[in-house]
Amino acid sequence: MPEAAHGQTESLYEAQKKVYPRSVTGLFARWRVACVILTQLVFYGLPWLEWGQRQAVLFDLGARRFYIFGYVLYPQDFIYLTGLLVVSALTLFLFTAVAGRLWCGFACPQTVYTEIFLWIERKVEGDRTLRMRLDGSPMSLEKLVKKWFKHILWLGLAMWTGFTFVAYFVPVRELGMQFLQTRMSGWEVFWVCFYGLATYGNAGFLREQVCKYMCPYARFQSAMFDRDTLIVSYDGGRGEPRGARSRTADLAALSLGACVDCTLCVQVCPTGIDIRNGLQYECIGCAACIDACDGVMDKMNYPRGLIRFTTQNALAKHWGRLQMWRQVLRPRVLVYGAILLALCVGLLWSLVARMPLKVDVVRDRAALSRIVAGGKLENVYRLQIMNATEQPQHYRIAADGLDGLVLASDAEVVVGPAESRWVAVRLQIPYGSASPGSHPIQFSIGDIAGDAHVSEKSVFLVPR
Amino acid sequence: MSDFTGNFWSLYVAALTLLGIVACLVLLWVTARKRIVPSADNTTGHVWDGDLREMNNPMPRWWMWLFVLTIVFSLAYLVAYPGLGAYQGALGWSTRGEYAVEVERANKELGPLYSQFTAKPPEELAGDANAMAVGERLFMNNCAQCHGSDARGSKGFPNLTDADWLHGGSPARITETLTRGRQGQMPPMAAAVGTPDDVKNLANYVLSLSGSPHDSVRGALGKSKFGACAACHGMDGKGNQALGAPNLADDVWLHGWGEQAIINMINKGKTSEMPAQIGKLNEAQLHVLTAYIWGMSNKPPPAKP
Repeated sequence: MPEAAHGQTESLYEAQKKVYPRSVTGLFARWRVACVILTQLVFYGLPWLEWGQRQAVLFDLGARRFYIFGYVLYPQDFIYLTGLLVVSALTLFLFTAVAGRLWCGFACPQTVYTEIFLWIERKVEGDRTLRMRLDGSPMSLEKLVKKWFKHILWLGLAMWTGFTFVAYFVPVRELGMQFLQTRMSGWEVFWVCFYGLATYGNAGFLREQVCKYMCPYARFQSAMFDRDTLIVSYDGGRGEPRGARSRTADLAALSLGACVDCTLCVQVCPTGIDIRNGLQYECIGCAACIDACDGVMDKMNYPRGLIRFTTQNALAKHWGRLQMWRQVLRPRVLVYGAILLALCVGLLWSLVARMPLKVDVVRDRAALSRIVAGGKLENVYRLQIMNATEQPQHYRIAADGLDGLVLASDAEVVVGPAESRWVAVRLQIPYGSASPGSHPIQFSIGDIAGDAHVSEKSVFLVPR
Repeated sequence: MSDFTGNFWSLYVAALTLLGIVACLVLLWVTARKRIVPSADNTTGHVWDGDLREMNNPMPRWWMWLFVLTIVFSLAYLVAYPGLGAYQGALGWSTRGEYAVEVERANKELGPLYSQFTAKPPEELAGDANAMAVGERLFMNNCAQCHGSDARGSKGFPNLTDADWLHGGSPARITETLTRGRQGQMPPMAAAVGTPDDVKNLANYVLSLSGSPHDSVRGALGKSKFGACAACHGMDGKGNQALGAPNLADDVWLHGWGEQAIINMINKGKTSEMPAQIGKLNEAQLHVLTAYIWGMSNKPPPAKP
């Protein structure tokens, strides 16, 4: 937030001040490191897992098959992606209603990659003060070497990230061979570079700017807070008036609050705000200031929690932990939780019960019906039979719903692994056995082994 | 812009486009120069509904540079690509050209595949699963509209899976049919046959040729009238593939079965057409299609490993 002195004018566009977050240790910092390691192990590691003869997780856009461990998903399975997105959204609602921007502070890729890039930066250039001094110093060999080294490390990691991203769409071993033999396709190179450079730019340079100016979630999450949401708060009642004092001074004898005004909470903030000014839209809820302040309180032998996760109500009404948590579990949270649970159970159940076979019935577009030898009336259908297993399958086709309805074409059909095949199917009834018009019928298709079975509705047309 | 006789609309669109870009630039320039006096409470001083105040949260300066960048990009784009009215763009890019390039690229990629196919005679190709998969797609996209997805046709559209051919079922004849198309013509013959009663008798004779249910007395009477038909369909009614005259002695009825359908055909005649495919499909594609169609009524030799 611009701190302009009075009497001065300022531009409508703000020149950004670079934020130099100080490194921090403590409970929440450990949690964040754990989140970074966990999410990135999954992201970087997943493409290397094998499942049978193929990559365990592979989104083959060209063939429109999506392999996720034992599952072969078709574009027709889009509902699962929808379900996943709904679950994600509700999870976001739930977590935000309970404890604010937890996602932002601990799991969002923007935070995670910024943390990784900051870690590299700190290893090369040192912590906050050293970095500020280095940036302020004139160009020297040391500075040049450090900067170059940092950017090379950043770019290396960024490109590896881009490579990993593409490896979800092109088998990673194949992609690796293509890279080694410098025969990657134009689009592969483009996406590796695009994703890589976006990582480099977002995590290396834009950092908190993404959260402040670009991210829509940041905005609507703020709108989901209420007075019973746990947020990172400074306990002004305890802290003020702030001021420096000797470590040995008796707090009761001073006319000061617990805040020693060391500004460590400001120095560690990745978005460069002062949490003591209250809840601000820039706050990503990372709790770095809590760790920093707790450390200071320990040194001062003051109780921890001058800055802590608490609700606005608890702060205003001086509630204890128990009372605060009782309010946190308010109807809104319980409703979000219940819907989320129901959705997760439903999604999992539908995945477990999913048929590894799909059929679409399309009536032939050329002929409505025709009379064939033997005085039979014939309708033609095209069945798209989709094998969602990775073995060739023998399927048996049957139809019923009309007197004398017989299948005139082959009843058995073989569909290759993860293949979708169009099969022309002819159904016949004796001429004159049904009234003119449209008659509902039903196809039933199942594999010979009896593991999968699908019924599809269609109609049989009898001309006038 | 051929829709318009003059170039007024072209100029109008171009002028509007450029004006929009200039307006953006002016807006940026004005806002970048404007300076405000910040208030003590860091609001803009705007108040709505009594207590709703707008905070002063300025845009970052790099955002403005992004905006400038998009303007530079848009101008470069408008120079290089068609976008300003009727202006064709310095690169000469067009959707039509892009299409031609893509078709050429696809042909180049498919060339080796098709040359494998054209190297084999149709009879052998019909046993090649790869070629038949291609053939099926060609058939579905180009033939199934009339002949049906299963190639068994319907009234007026021949069944391609039986051994009955209007113009011959050898691969050479099939290729000829596909390439040049066919005209089938049955002239109205009522006048040459005689009275309506004669026509009815003749229809029963035609039915008798294939052993279909008929009135045998009328059939016997109608035999003498068949001379009018024999010129094309032959004395024995077995048709003539050189003329495209159908075999009347088999039980295949392209235009409807029964006495009334035959009477109608004798009285009114029929003209039908198989359109030529050579402009739509190239020779290699027609070769694969020939093999596919031939294979539907002939058992191909087992594929060589």
